[in-house]
Amino acid sequence: MATAALTAERENYLNQEYGIKSWLLTVDHKRIALLYLLSITFFFFIGGFFALLIRLELLTPAGDLVQADTYNKLFTMHGQVMVFFFLIPSIPAVLGNFLVPLMIGAKDLAFPRINLLSWYLYIIAGVLMLHCMLTGGVDTGWTFYTPFSTAFSNTKVIEAGLAIFISGFSSILTGLNFVVTIHRMRAPGMTWNRLPLFIWAHYATSIIQLLGTPVIAVTLVLVVLERALHLGIFDPTRGGDPLLFQHLFWFYSHPAVYIMILPAMGVVTEIVPCFARKRIFGYQFVAMSSIGIAVLGFLVWAHHMFVAGISLYAALIFSALSYLVAVPSAIKVFNWTATMYKGSITFSTPMLYAFGFVGLFTMGGLTGLFLAALGIDVHVTDTYFVIAHFHYIMVGGAVMGYLGGMHFWWPKISGRMYPESLGRLAALIVFLGFNLTFFPQFILGYLGMPRRYWQYPPEFQVLNVLSTAGSTILAVGYLLPMVYFLWSMRYGKVAPDNPWGASGLEWMTPSPPPTFNFDAPPVVDWEAYDYEHIPAPQEARSGG
Amino acid sequence: MADSPIAVEHHNPALKHHFANMEQQREASSLGMWLFLATEIMFFGGMFCAYLIYRYWYFPDFAAASKSLDITLGAVNTAVLICSSLTVVMAVRAAQLGKRQEQVVYLALTLVLGLAFLGIKGVEWTSKFKEHHIPGPTFNFEGSVPGHPDQPVDQHHAQLFFSLYFAMTGMHALHMIIGVGIFSYLLYHAWKGKYTPEYHTPLENSGLYWHFVDIVWIYLFPLLYLIDRKK
Ligand code: HEM
Ligand SMILES: [Cu+2]
Repeated sequence: MATAALTAERENYLNQEYGIKSWLLTVDHKRIALLYLLSITFFFFIGGFFALLIRLELLTPAGDLVQADTYNKLFTMHGQVMVFFFLIPSIPAVLGNFLVPLMIGAKDLAFPRINLLSWYLYIIAGVLMLHCMLTGGVDTGWTFYTPFSTAFSNTKVIEAGLAIFISGFSSILTGLNFVVTIHRMRAPGMTWNRLPLFIWAHYATSIIQLLGTPVIAVTLVLVVLERALHLGIFDPTRGGDPLLFQHLFWFYSHPAVYIMILPAMGVVTEIVPCFARKRIFGYQFVAMSSIGIAVLGFLVWAHHMFVAGISLYAALIFSALSYLVAVPSAIKVFNWTATMYKGSITFSTPMLYAFGFVGLFTMGGLTGLFLAALGIDVHVTDTYFVIAHFHYIMVGGAVMGYLGGMHFWWPKISGRMYPESLGRLAALIVFLGFNLTFFPQFILGYLGMPRRYWQYPPEFQVLNVLSTAGSTILAVGYLLPMVYFLWSMRYGKVAPDNPWGASGLEWMTPSPPPTFNFDAPPVVDWEAYDYEHIPAPQEARSGG
Repeated sequence: MADSPIAVEHHNPALKHHFANMEQQREASSLGMWLFLATEIMFFGGMFCAYLIYRYWYFPDFAAASKSLDITLGAVNTAVLICSSLTVVMAVRAAQLGKRQEQVVYLALTLVLGLAFLGIKGVEWTSKFKEHHIPGPTFNFEGSVPGHPDQPVDQHHAQLFFSLYFAMTGMHALHMIIGVGIFSYLLYHAWKGKYTPEYHTPLENSGLYWHFVDIVWIYLFPLLYLIDRKK
């Protein structure tokens, strides 16, 4: 407060206009990013609430908190909310929206009004989803498998399907906006090889959003039509094939994993060079591995169907391709490590998250290779091993990246510094809580505990108790940043333009940036990650 | 793309603030439209994929069901759509040459043709209703497999054909309806004289959309109506 009163605040995107209307009708990408931030945080807590209920039920072997029917709804809605209403929009719609124009030196995204439209679509979808949850919910699993979803489930499948259909369009529009912006709006001198790798990651993500999302859209339409109007495209009693549904579903939903993880990789690629004070190792490799992941990611979907009755040869091919997609991911991990090698590393909050990301993503990726191996997959498919695997990627990887990015760019977004020591503490809590929650699940799965059940044999209890205990720690770790971010908006130290001594155009404009991003149109005549020439700030070194 | 041009124009009122000049703005919109069409291809692609698989599995039944479609109406509709694509092109051309009158006429013609298509489609659907060819409990398809008069058509597989028929033509018609909405909007603004040789991007992009919807039909027609007609 005191500091805010002392420095007469210059005009920026936050204080240029006030009032609810100036937010709801804004076409400024930075404000839309904040609208998204609020909405996805809301859904994160809803999804988290379901997760905690799941974990609470699994505290004891018997079904005491809820019974089977309710439990089915809990994990279904947990999955749907977390995937479609939190993680898919998270980094692209919040950090990407805020940063893509700033990083390439543009005044806005190419289509500001479509950007706002995409937020409204998200909200419409979200309201529909909430309505669905409040009036009974769905129990199909987030995967909507037919014929259960089309012919047997007596829950609100249509509503949930439509909600996800609509949210898909919001995702498509975000991706479309990014691709056009990156192609057409770069500042003079901002060549493809000077783009921050965050931009490359978002470019690759957008391609997946553009080419994958329509397929799940049409699949959900067909499911809805089958339920509502008795079309029979997936109906086995009429010669329809449920496996076709699974193919179409996973054609999107495997690449969707990369919609979730690629942007997080982009975030980490910005954080690591900054806090290692070194140029990124192998710029071109990191950029091209993003594209490689996007392309190969479309060719592995049937690894989700190894036990569903696909032919052995198909399974062999998809197994081999799944191994292949690990290569570009591994390239990235090696490049981050090589960047840190002999760097002068600062253990500030964003960097802690980046470390967490690299470790946990690697765990998730390696266990993914277990699952891509036919023999092992048959043993652990549909067990907690799978649950642990994808939570290592999605929560350990993507959410860590998201939080790291939020801390890294918070000074730019809000104009305030968050409390550094509290930040480090929260990062540590998240890391510990995460591992305590999900590591036991690898063992549980390997021992044979199936997923999607509300009760289990008593010999699994110890590991389940550990997991539930971990989830409460994790919850604390997630709540802390929310509290101190809010606190910092009022009481945090005023942030300088470039608190970390980071490279990139977004740090060369005031914090928070003016509405049109730059006071003068930037011209770029330097290479990306030019850390040899940027002094490290004292502030970030000492840690506040 | 080379570096964005820095030359800034101020005069054209259609230039949005975040673009440096009209050229950049036009290129951005057009790229955006092409990308959108790519998403549309994937959207319809899902249904085409389903169609191909079932047609391969249940070919005789699909052929029989296909024969019950009205080939004349289908062919007329194909012609109607192709003509409408032509009128769209003419409208864009008129805008490039700055001929407002012609623009309006061609846009109006496009609308009429689009509505004619939907009308004919409506007639076809209605007759399917009457013949109980709508998938569901009341479905009933009588007939035999082409070339095998003593082999009756599998009711289930015929239903699958009509499920696909209604899903695909329905989605196509939905796109047509949206197109009609877009072209009504364009017609109004063309009437007001909004589209000039310097600025007619909305016309161009909506034209792309219309051609796309047209092309989808060009594929739907042979796939749905012309299976094994020779027997
Ligand atoms: C962004 C974060 C998250 C995402 C994207 C996510 C996603 C998912 C998905 C897709 C499923 C499968 C649902 C289904 O079987 O239909 C699932 C299940 C599960 N999630 Fe999460 N999740 C997230 C965070 C969490 C957290 C923080 C916890 C722990 C506190 C958690 C605990 C669980 C558990 C225990 C299951 C298994 C339920 C069962 O199969 O019986 N998730 N999650
Ligand atoms: Cu997968």
